[in-house]
Amino acid sequence: MNEFLIAIHRDLKSKDASPSPEQMQASIKPFQEWIGKLIAQDRLVSPYRRWDGGGKVVKKEAVTDGPYAEIKESLGGLFVVRAKDYDEAVEIAKGCPILEWGATVEVRMALVNA
Amino acid sequence: MEDQTLLPHLFRTEYRNIVSVLCYLFGIQHIEIAEDLVSDTFLAATELWSIQGVPDNPRAWLYAVAKNKTKNYLKRNSLFENRLSKEIKYSADKTEETEIDLSEKNIADSQLAMIFTICNPCNAPESQIALALNLLCGFGGQEIADAFLTNKEVIYKRINRAKEKLKEANIKIEQPTVAEINDRLETVLKTLYLLFSEGYYSTSQDTPLRRDLCSEAMRLTSLLIENKTTNKPAVNALLALMCFHASRFEARTNEKGEAILYEDQDQTLWNKALIETGTAYLNRASSGDELTKYHLEAGIAYWHTQKEDTAEKWESILSLYNSLLILEYSPIAALNRTFALSKTHGKKAAIIEAEKLKLTDNPFYFSLLGNLYSELDNEKAIQHFETALRLTNSTGDKITLAKNIQRLKETKEVANKKD
Repeated sequence: MNEFLIAIHRDLKSKDASPSPEQMQASIKPFQEWIGKLIAQDRLVSPYRRWDGGGKVVKKEAVTDGPYAEIKESLGGLFVVRAKDYDEAVEIAKGCPILEWGATVEVRMALVNA
Repeated sequence: MEDQTLLPHLFRTEYRNIVSVLCYLFGIQHIEIAEDLVSDTFLAATELWSIQGVPDNPRAWLYAVAKNKTKNYLKRNSLFENRLSKEIKYSADKTEETEIDLSEKNIADSQLAMIFTICNPCNAPESQIALALNLLCGFGGQEIADAFLTNKEVIYKRINRAKEKLKEANIKIEQPTVAEINDRLETVLKTLYLLFSEGYYSTSQDTPLRRDLCSEAMRLTSLLIENKTTNKPAVNALLALMCFHASRFEARTNEKGEAILYEDQDQTLWNKALIETGTAYLNRASSGDELTKYHLEAGIAYWHTQKEDTAEKWESILSLYNSLLILEYSPIAALNRTFALSKTHGKKAAIIEAEKLKLTDNPFYFSLLGNLYSELDNEKAIQHFETALRLTNSTGDKITLAKNIQRLKETKEVANKKD
């Protein structure tokens, strides 16, 4: 088993960038079901955490608050799962219901420390 | 009340009250003295009442005798002069006699202080439970041993070691401060939850004993609710959970003590008053923004008090199990989530998810698969039930599993004859 970082990036610039409250509400349940399923399969490496949607962006010149007008994407969710290989990890990522809303999911395998 | 049942009944309720008050007064280092004095009091009652008859007010008699025995002990024993007197909380003036306060309020305060002392994480959960049953609930070694399906000696050892640990750590018996409550309430609730589960899910076939464990857990949880400082949303959620489960007590076993599955239970035996009480506590638990696993489990238990299989019921249960898993993974939550999924998305979808769980040393995993495969593929269902049967230690579950296998085999024979 390998460990994979699953990072969900929300698209802030496309036409679906600002979903209505109803759409937001409707997306919570499928997301919970997806996460619930992964945890049920004991795929998560550490307990699930929710992250603040705002946050700070640090650059050499300045520290700014989110959401970030000047960047296209923002991190929407971040966790580490167990999977056999990239194929299996990608299969997991494909289940992310936020993909429907224009999100992208980044999958990265953790490398063994040399 | 009959004489034969009066003393055991008083022992059950008053032993713990007097022990708590004395422990609260003496401190953890002298816990055995407190127990000895109360045992002596009950011994005196047994002897005298059998000759002279039961006094008009047996409880007042016990309190008076316990007080006298304690005062005499303190006077007589040099321990008091040298060590105990320095530690005693309420010795207003050394020249005056120590007042032993057996008022309702002080009994409740003492028990609350004792709950927080006993549920100290310096002891393992099973030791905390044994100690709680012994000191807070007045259970004897044999009864505790029966509940844990072990022998008396093991329990005595466990209790004595647990007491020693509390002494070594010098845990104080005192009213918890607001800061301590926030810190330690979680461990206390966990112990009370385990105490209840011990009764509710115990493999012991002794139904009255199991019921006593549950009602004791509920009594101690109520005690936390009655106290303003410990009346937190999580405590209300836990009591709601206990009420919902306990409401099915009458319906879940037959006269022989065998388990009756949820689907087959006679709904008219469900205790409606307890369900209503539970609902009231669950509403009170919703104040504030705290969402604990007790809230979610109480929510799930609430939906199980609604027997009718509506789409809303199983959607809600599934969503609550998802949230529960997000808070904390457990194999049982994972299995139950999959069962809820079979109700909302169908058995086939649930089988695909169930087989990904791979909990291959867990009998419940195979009995879930057995249930999901029933009617879809009876051959496979039987195989899974048989694996579950090999893995389980619970007599009740063995009976249920054997019945399932029998039922599926009979359907197969009927089908074969038709061919």
